[in-house]
Amino acid sequence: MELKDFVQNFANQFDETDAEMFTPETKFRDFEEWSSIIGLSIILMVDEEYGITIDADDMKQAETIGELFNIVQAKA
Amino acid sequence: MEYNPYSLEGKTILVTGGAGGIGSEVGRVCSKLGARIVLTDNREDALQSALSSLVKVDGGEHLAVNADLTNADELNALVDQIPEIDGFVCNAGVMKLVLTQFITEEELTRIQSINLNAPILLTKALLKKKKIRKGGSIVFTASAAGVFRVSMGNAIYATTKCGIDAFMRTVALEYGPKGIRCNSVNPGMVETALIGTFTEEQKEKEKLNYPLRRFAQPEDIAQGIAFLLSDASSFVTGTALKIDGGMTLS
Ligand SMILES: NC(=O)c1ccc[n+]([C@@H]2O[C@H](COP(=O)([O-])OP(=O)(O)OC[C@H]3O[C@@H](n4cnc5c(N)ncnc54)[C@H](O)[C@@H]3O)[C@@H](O)[C@H]2O)c1
Repeated sequence: MELKDFVQNFANQFDETDAEMFTPETKFRDFEEWSSIIGLSIILMVDEEYGITIDADDMKQAETIGELFNIVQAKA
Repeated sequence: MEYNPYSLEGKTILVTGGAGGIGSEVGRVCSKLGARIVLTDNREDALQSALSSLVKVDGGEHLAVNADLTNADELNALVDQIPEIDGFVCNAGVMKLVLTQFITEEELTRIQSINLNAPILLTKALLKKKKIRKGGSIVFTASAAGVFRVSMGNAIYATTKCGIDAFMRTVALEYGPKGIRCNSVNPGMVETALIGTFTEEQKEKEKLNYPLRRFAQPEDIAQGIAFLLSDASSFVTGTALKIDGGMTLS
């Protein structure tokens, strides 16, 4: 599992926010476009791309994309 | 005996999903109203504890039958071993939030087979084998979802519940002349394991959409089902009974 791909897959769930805005340090909840539906699509993306199940509580643990990556990787 | 058209004395009632939040409460409420209960589910431990929570009645021992309703052999074995019934509560179901672009054929098939195919095939088998007595009542646990509103991420689930709504009304039409009624209850959010994937935060926010400012307890739904099973609802058939604390009003 590559951090770079993860950030890319994460960014793909957004439509309005510029792809360049996404880095491992990004605090994704600060984006104006962030919503609970995008949160759900992140959970579903992790399942589809990596075959790993995370839930809303796992999401809550992460402030940045990199932190979420670590949570996902720990479950791999 | 005092006046009580809601009594279920002398009736035998089959409940699917009988080990779950709503199903086990349906068993308890209906047994308190005097019915003999047949619970079925595919989770053995939870099924046995639901069975032991029923109130004893005069009409006979309550029963529990383990069956996976998506398995044709187990479904048929269930139908063959149960006594004749007066009420059928078709309630087993699953939910999963999936946004449309993430739908897979596998998930679609899995959810449809328990929420839609199994209810249709079980109803068919009970009717064909004449297990439901004249004067009987069928009640589906549909949902407010699909039938009265849709929400994001709930396409598969809502679609199955719309299917149940159409099936319920069709059975009501076909079996009314034979003296069998068919209705549904349509809950909003109910405090059971089914909504366990929502965080407390999400739930508190969602409750603001409920004029009564809370979700249903299983008992709220079970009492609606008990009404539809009882002779108090003798002239009610083909009806989708919303039990949603007013959620779908706006
Ligand atoms: N909880 C809610 O917010 C809500 C809202 C609207 C409608 N409903 C509906 O109410 C019904 C009951 O749900 P609940 O809230 O009690 O959930 P629950 O998860 O507590 O109960 C569902 C039961 O169905 C059983 N089941 C699942 N698959 C089965 C299978 N293949 N064979 C046999 N049994 C199976 C489960 O073991 C479980 O005991 C469902 O049809 C659900 O869609 C629930």
